[in-house]
Amino acid sequence: MSFLDRGARDWLLLELLSGMALTFRYMFKPKVTINYPYEKGPLSPRFRGEHALRRYPNGEERCIACKLCEAICPAQAITIEAEPREDGSRRTRRYDIDMTKCIYCGFCQESCPVDAIVEGANFEFATETRAELMYDKAKLLANGERWEPELAARIAADAPYR
Amino acid sequence: MAEAQIKNYSINFGPQHPAAHGVLRLVLEMGGEVVERADPHIGLLHRGTEKLIEHKSYTQAVPYFDRLDYVCPMNQEHAFCLAAEKLLGIEAPPRAQYIRVLYDEIGRVLNHILNCFSFALDVGAMTPLLYGFEEREKLMEFYERISGARLHAAFYRVGGVAFDMPAGLAEDILAWTESFVPVLKDCETLLNNNRIFKQRTVDIGVVSAEEAMDWGFSGPNLRASGFAWDLRKAQPYAVYDQLDFDIPVGKNGDCYDRYMVRILEMYESVKIIRQCIEKMPEGPVRVDNRKIAPPRRAEMKSSMEALIHHFKLFTEGFHVPAGETYTVIETPKGEFGVFLVSDGSSKPYRCKIRAPAYAHLQGLDFMSKGHMLADVVANIGSIDIVFGEIDR
Repeated sequence: MSFLDRGARDWLLLELLSGMALTFRYMFKPKVTINYPYEKGPLSPRFRGEHALRRYPNGEERCIACKLCEAICPAQAITIEAEPREDGSRRTRRYDIDMTKCIYCGFCQESCPVDAIVEGANFEFATETRAELMYDKAKLLANGERWEPELAARIAADAPYR
Repeated sequence: MAEAQIKNYSINFGPQHPAAHGVLRLVLEMGGEVVERADPHIGLLHRGTEKLIEHKSYTQAVPYFDRLDYVCPMNQEHAFCLAAEKLLGIEAPPRAQYIRVLYDEIGRVLNHILNCFSFALDVGAMTPLLYGFEEREKLMEFYERISGARLHAAFYRVGGVAFDMPAGLAEDILAWTESFVPVLKDCETLLNNNRIFKQRTVDIGVVSAEEAMDWGFSGPNLRASGFAWDLRKAQPYAVYDQLDFDIPVGKNGDCYDRYMVRILEMYESVKIIRQCIEKMPEGPVRVDNRKIAPPRRAEMKSSMEALIHHFKLFTEGFHVPAGETYTVIETPKGEFGVFLVSDGSSKPYRCKIRAPAYAHLQGLDFMSKGHMLADVVANIGSIDIVFGEIDR
């Protein structure tokens, strides 16, 4: 009798109809897409996006030019040149990140002993020219100023796990 | 009337063809519409990963493994970390091992969703891919929450994992396992008995168990041919020996069986994910050895000794005793092996990567011989190849 059963199923297009019924049901489910530039998906405090150089609350740069980030960077995207400042403290003269080389592995922020270089939550930094992606120290510090409240909150939120 | 001589002609398939799953270039020798020879040309995505790793410390080498098979990044990091840990003679703490297995299985589901349903798209069914990608999105969110990146995680470290799981993540993953099974059942309803899908896959690209062995197949492709071989059972690594799961095995070794084995493996992966979360012990996630794993940040900022270790580990890295090891694990695509030679320095002397898809691509020629042109697409989809790891 199984051939009758199978024949009937074949002839009645049962598997196709059940598939169609299923896709029809899905039509009435709530939408899962989001209206991107206006709505955004959730991001965790660990998200590794655009880099920023932070400052201390008194305005002093955090970075002490220890060059750990330069050493650990697997893509060799970071270039640092350092010299003592007029007041004798050790600071960077040049801090460049080639964002086209960077692989966003997060090793630089893990290596930084003073939480100076961090990867922030910003992922919308596409540019029209390649040259704009060669970040220098001024750009990184400006990022830090722009994002500081969020950067500090992210670091505080994730500190227990680090 | 003189008999017309029809010459074989060759056509180029790919590297831009969407069904080529990446940058596969196939030169097909056709007799009419029947394939007589399928000649894969590879190397379009070659980046020299193995050579680059020789110039990086062990920590710096981890991100390279994300970029091999970029559909299941963490699984490959696992192979490298296990290899380095074997040479060092250490073992990751239990919690780290459970986190690794948990994310390995999430990677397996990620991979199988993409493969099964993009395979269905290749043979004409578009809907399951849309449902599947919704689930992949949730899984990538889990990736992002633990590692900070949706894809290239760089999360496993030699001697453990980078960070502990954030609070609430385990509950969310558990809730996802509940909601995922009905979606997978729906996708099965759309495909398993569908006559169009079956006509395109059943008895296409049949591989016998012997052939699969001869051509070095592994993973789901080998199991679909009826050979029950899974490294998670055969030589358990990490905590797989403490988990309860089954190995789905196929019968005929055709495209349909390969698809079915992957679908059933997803149910097993969900089982493993649940067990991992239930059994996960408390404790550290990195080995307590300051010569290998960097200290915690709070300690590094207050203790001089910890700061010195931090500096040593992030500049020079750790030294691995001279020796060599070949460590294999079961990635979603099959046996992924890392042959690691150390000369006692902080950089690998040689790192040879054994990519399962490379062996599977070799089999494409004999699988496609005698089939129609359209069946080549089904074969490519069912052997699950990703060019990041083939070209390396």
